[in-house]
Amino acid sequence: MKLRLLAAALAATVVLPWSVASATDLEVTHWWTSGGEAAAVAELAKAFDATGNHWVDGAIAGSGGTARPIMISRITGGDPMGATQFNHGRQAEELVEAGLMRDLTDVATRENWKDIVKPSSLLDSCTIEGKIYCAPVNIHSWQWLWLSNAAFKKAGVEVPKNWDEFVAAAPALEKAGIIPLAVGGQPWQSAGAFDVLMVAIAGKDVFNKVFGEKDAEVAAGPDIAKVFKAADDARKMSKGSNVQDWNQATNLVITGKAGGQIMGDWAQGEFQVAGQKAGTDYTCLPGLGVNEIISTGGDAFYFPLLKDEEKSKAQEVLASTLLDPKTQVAFNLKKGSLPVRGDVDLNAANDCMKKGLEILAKGNVIQGTDQLLSADSQKQKEDLFSEFFANPSMTPEDAQKRFTEIIASAD
Amino acid sequence: MTGQAHAGRPNQLLRNLHSKIASIPMILTAVVIFLGGTLWTVFYSFTNSKLLPRMSFVGLDQYERLWAAPRWLMSIQNLAIYGFFSLIFSLVIGFVLAALMDQKIRFENTFRTIFLYPFALSFIVTGLVWQWVLNPEFGVQSVVRSLGWSSFTFDPLYNQSIVIYGILIAALWQGTGLVMCLMLAGLRGIDEDIWKASRVDGIPMWKTYLFIIIPMMRAVFITTLVIIASGIVRVYDLVVAQTSGGPGIASEVPAKYVYDYMFLAQNLGQGFAASTMMLITVAIIIVPWAYLEFGGRKRG
Repeated sequence: MKLRLLAAALAATVVLPWSVASATDLEVTHWWTSGGEAAAVAELAKAFDATGNHWVDGAIAGSGGTARPIMISRITGGDPMGATQFNHGRQAEELVEAGLMRDLTDVATRENWKDIVKPSSLLDSCTIEGKIYCAPVNIHSWQWLWLSNAAFKKAGVEVPKNWDEFVAAAPALEKAGIIPLAVGGQPWQSAGAFDVLMVAIAGKDVFNKVFGEKDAEVAAGPDIAKVFKAADDARKMSKGSNVQDWNQATNLVITGKAGGQIMGDWAQGEFQVAGQKAGTDYTCLPGLGVNEIISTGGDAFYFPLLKDEEKSKAQEVLASTLLDPKTQVAFNLKKGSLPVRGDVDLNAANDCMKKGLEILAKGNVIQGTDQLLSADSQKQKEDLFSEFFANPSMTPEDAQKRFTEIIASAD
Repeated sequence: MTGQAHAGRPNQLLRNLHSKIASIPMILTAVVIFLGGTLWTVFYSFTNSKLLPRMSFVGLDQYERLWAAPRWLMSIQNLAIYGFFSLIFSLVIGFVLAALMDQKIRFENTFRTIFLYPFALSFIVTGLVWQWVLNPEFGVQSVVRSLGWSSFTFDPLYNQSIVIYGILIAALWQGTGLVMCLMLAGLRGIDEDIWKASRVDGIPMWKTYLFIIIPMMRAVFITTLVIIASGIVRVYDLVVAQTSGGPGIASEVPAKYVYDYMFLAQNLGQGFAASTMMLITVAIIIVPWAYLEFGGRKRG
């Protein structure tokens, strides 16, 4: 597979200078490398190839954290790819401001993206100073609690229906030798889990005040104190989950070694690969079963500004292909994420995805933290929560104080 | 022109012209890339550059934030612990191994290869190997437990207060072989007559090593010191492979802070400030030493 990619990439570099007319090669970089993700990307490539152009796959292994610096340095270093994935939000903001990204407003108005992209906040995150710079492809939400039915059976308690019941069931799980809550060691996981707890426990308004308006007073207030109390519970429940990667943590839930995990809907792919069925083998609780709200972060494609006219044209074709209803369905079914258009039919979706679609249709959505906070503030938050979850001697009060400082200086 | 040069004193500039021309690329590299890059970094550490460098100065803000960040303080503390022990242990173990090797033992080549072998592995591989060895579920702990000591606990990588020592073990395993080889080369450079003389005088072996041989090996020790010290300051990949800075922030190191803030957090200013602090730390140690070493010895 790798060899073939390499061969394709090499061939592309040789062919490029002489390439004429119709078939234009466009290199697309992304960090979708796990089994389900790769299958989803193949759908995008297939759709793009069908337009007479050629998708040159530039997958970067690792995760977004590994891939983004590579992508950014290629764009800033004068070796831009044809198109690249980012999480939509503020990750590419400065690249756009520096004039390195292509304005897609023409394509967007021609194809009426304003009306078809639902929720509209997705397109807002692509819009900078009135111009559209990216094509959203999917919606991923963070606010899910994944529970192992087998683990609760073994512990002799009912599968909980919300966070409080889960906390109450923790001692029984521990007695049965099961880690109640699996949290991987990667910093973004603990920070993400906290954001989820905040929406579930303090609600949408507080979430928006803290992360949207960066209101330090609210961050220091009693609502957030409650969230830190819950994070303290989560910290105690996660003791003993000595794993690093999120999918290893998900695997603990799949094998029944852990009771549950707070993780985004991408975890669903792991359950699917393991052959488990929603409802019978595992249970999903959106919004931790407390506040059924999901965030609408996700992935989008950005198009660096290119000099080559052929390629610029191919970029337009790719942009419209990505939002094509057929591509949207094929891609999102494989990816386990929700489509960005409200007018497509997802009959084949499983129970958990349907729950997500329902919430989306009701409009119970918030913006993701990637959209609201800069990468810098996100990183500071990750440092705080990875320390908080690993260090039992750090009190929730101290942590809240530091959290308030981060919010006060956030941008 | 050349005739003139021949007539008077030989022109200093034109002496060894070939070697001077040959070293121009390296000089340019050193001046432009190292020195230029360093100055550029220090300069931009006073700005609020985010993803891209930009000239809007904020004074010492980046440094204030840096020294208030718990993660940075933890990184510095870890580097101090790691640096102190790694320096002492690799010198002591390396020298003792070399001295043992110097006793005209059999199979010296084999032993030398065994001890030097880990050095052939990259830090990433070393880190992964030791991550497994120190993992409580597969590694040392489970082996000892399966032998009967069921309450034996040894999980340095999952214990915040000792995690840095888990990294130290891996670093020593990887690095002492090289130190040993350098030391051995130094020992071999000592004249046999010195040994004979000390034996005639009836000086015990350990005393000969400590008071005669080691002072004679000054140059080797300085080389080794520089190699070890530069390895300490830039330690990064070992930590990434073993713990990625965890649990929590307990095994963070300065180089990782620099990388994370420059590229993950898209905050160049903060990353530059941190790397400038690293440079200053090194300078504080190197400059006085270099002054004593090279400045004091000027002849004439």
